[in-house]
Amino acid sequence: MTSSETPVVTSVDDVVAGLEANGYLPDEGLATAVFLALRLRRPLLLEGEAGVGKTEIAKTLARWTGGSLIRLQCYEGIDVAQAVYEWDYARQLLHLRTAEAVGRTSGSDEAVIEAELYSPRFLVRRPLLAAVDHGAGPPPVLLVDEVDRADDEFEAFLLEILSDYSVTVPELGTFTAEVPPVCVVTSNRTRDVHDALKRRCLYHWVDHPDFEREVRIVGLKAPEVPAALARQVAAATEAMRSMGLYKPPGIAETLDWAQSLTLLGASTLDARAVEATLGTVLKYREDQERVRSSGVEALVSEALQRGR
Amino acid sequence: MAAEHVPTLDRAAVAFVRSLRAAGLRIPVGSAITYLRALGEVGVGTRSATYWAGRATLVRRPEDIDRYDEVFRAFWSADEGAPSIVEPDTVQIAIAFDDAEDDDTDADADTDDDAEPFDGPVLQVRFSDTETLRHKDFARCSAAELDEARRLMAELRLSGATRASRRWRASHRSGDPLDLRRTVRHALRSGGERVRRVHRAHGERNRRLVLLVDVSGSMEAYSRALLRFVHAAIVGRTKVEAFALGTRLTRLTRELQSRDPDAALTRAADAVVDFSGGTRLGETIRTFNDTWGVRGMARGAVIVILSDGWDRGSPELLGTQMARLHRVAHRVVWVNPLKASDGYAPLARGMAAALPHVDAFIEGHSVASLEELARVVSAPG
Repeated sequence: MTSSETPVVTSVDDVVAGLEANGYLPDEGLATAVFLALRLRRPLLLEGEAGVGKTEIAKTLARWTGGSLIRLQCYEGIDVAQAVYEWDYARQLLHLRTAEAVGRTSGSDEAVIEAELYSPRFLVRRPLLAAVDHGAGPPPVLLVDEVDRADDEFEAFLLEILSDYSVTVPELGTFTAEVPPVCVVTSNRTRDVHDALKRRCLYHWVDHPDFEREVRIVGLKAPEVPAALARQVAAATEAMRSMGLYKPPGIAETLDWAQSLTLLGASTLDARAVEATLGTVLKYREDQERVRSSGVEALVSEALQRGR
Repeated sequence: MAAEHVPTLDRAAVAFVRSLRAAGLRIPVGSAITYLRALGEVGVGTRSATYWAGRATLVRRPEDIDRYDEVFRAFWSADEGAPSIVEPDTVQIAIAFDDAEDDDTDADADTDDDAEPFDGPVLQVRFSDTETLRHKDFARCSAAELDEARRLMAELRLSGATRASRRWRASHRSGDPLDLRRTVRHALRSGGERVRRVHRAHGERNRRLVLLVDVSGSMEAYSRALLRFVHAAIVGRTKVEAFALGTRLTRLTRELQSRDPDAALTRAADAVVDFSGGTRLGETIRTFNDTWGVRGMARGAVIVILSDGWDRGSPELLGTQMARLHRVAHRVVWVNPLKASDGYAPLARGMAAALPHVDAFIEGHSVASLEELARVVSAPG
């Protein structure tokens, strides 16, 4: 990174330290992928189950590098007007009316007025343009969230921007990023992202964290949770993830659960507390039934064993 | 480190990439170059740095992680002796799938009226010889008749039901919201006079079509014919996903994406290791739900299951999984070739358990019945 405010990144350990200092505990694979993305200035494509912390990585990167976070949430039908730029038509019309009212619309002023209408002051910068044309300071972190929800035509368009970090506005010219933004693209894999986009990006499949890491995450994100309880909750969610549930709990659920239990005054996991708070960790009736039918008692005793 | 045994790191890295390709990973040259640069960044001092540099640059699908691990172990663990090159057991050939959507880069955002090519069902009226064949059971067809049947099937196109899209299109109804962007553009042309209002409305889009084809022994006579049908469906449109149900779930979308039906079927058969094995319908549908369906692929989609409903697993499981699938899907269509036999009643326990969660239950034993399927799938609503 060239800018003086941005942290110096020379090794994977720098990334681990930097992310940890800002509240994210990466494993080695993720840290390597992030390190390479920063060094090679390539976009990073993160795929994985919902709730494993894909979006959080971008937020943490922004905190760490000091760049602003620019988020583009994808959805079906998203187009250039919502993703890149749009002209502020209402203000353009108003400007035109004003010009008309003061009698400027005739003769030689026409060209001048047209130039005014298509000047940067009427340009609405959407996330992709904002990320490319970011001005001085540390480069922003561009988060393209849930790209699998957008149409595949949009992907092709995104590819163009991620390749040369430039955007062309026909009326104004081309904006090119002097320092490319840090790009994080996430996908829940409801469909395959096009190969062309994948080729452009570095790729990492984000898994649920292992037991020890999850305990540390709870300790970091919810320090009010007693250490013993954190271990038991992490053990219980880990067990739940191997039960073949409809929606296995993610890290967010683990945190919610640990915090709910703490609020209810529990210092260790017991069957009654689990029954009362199951809704914070399992959001489907079928999943709750499955856990209940396989025995909450068994789950608790197993978690107590593992969490010791 | 293995690098000591080869002249340069670059050569070793390239050899590693070749081993991965031989093991079936599809790695473009650009990624290999990125890998070299990545190795330069992380260094080759530790095994795990080398491992993760490759994972970030060479692997692009979670399915490939196991194969990558295998090749990595075989290749870089050669502390004693030169790195071993993994012999290719299966060679996968990437075939570019040239469809219309790939070409449409959508760079010109002003053309909102994207002209969707018409891909409605292509059903043709035929003369009597063909007519007989259309109704003949696949199991009783001769080889020549099957060829002809395939030709007929190749003309089938599934268009699928539609749903409202987020994408805007121009509208001529004045009740629709104003398209300010275009209105202003028109106005600027006439010097600021708002002479013409342009309206816009949401367009329509095809629903995703997901085909789950039973390839078990009890379906032997039909599964190849049905796969042919699946192929016709996939080449006809892009938003189709296909899976084989056997003792396990195999995704066939990629394999079937070539325009050459025979090559596609060969690849599909290669991919399905248990072609004509047994079926555990409940379990494979659960796998589908867990790994693909519920995450979004089945959401709002039209699901077509081609199976006779003979299940070696428990019918309760199949029932629950069908219920799950039915809750997220737009419609579930079950195609059962046996339904055409005289006096058929869904006695297979699996079939009986699945039926309550099926919107349409139709036959699938002949070309004519597959045409019926194409109609059911394309039905609106």
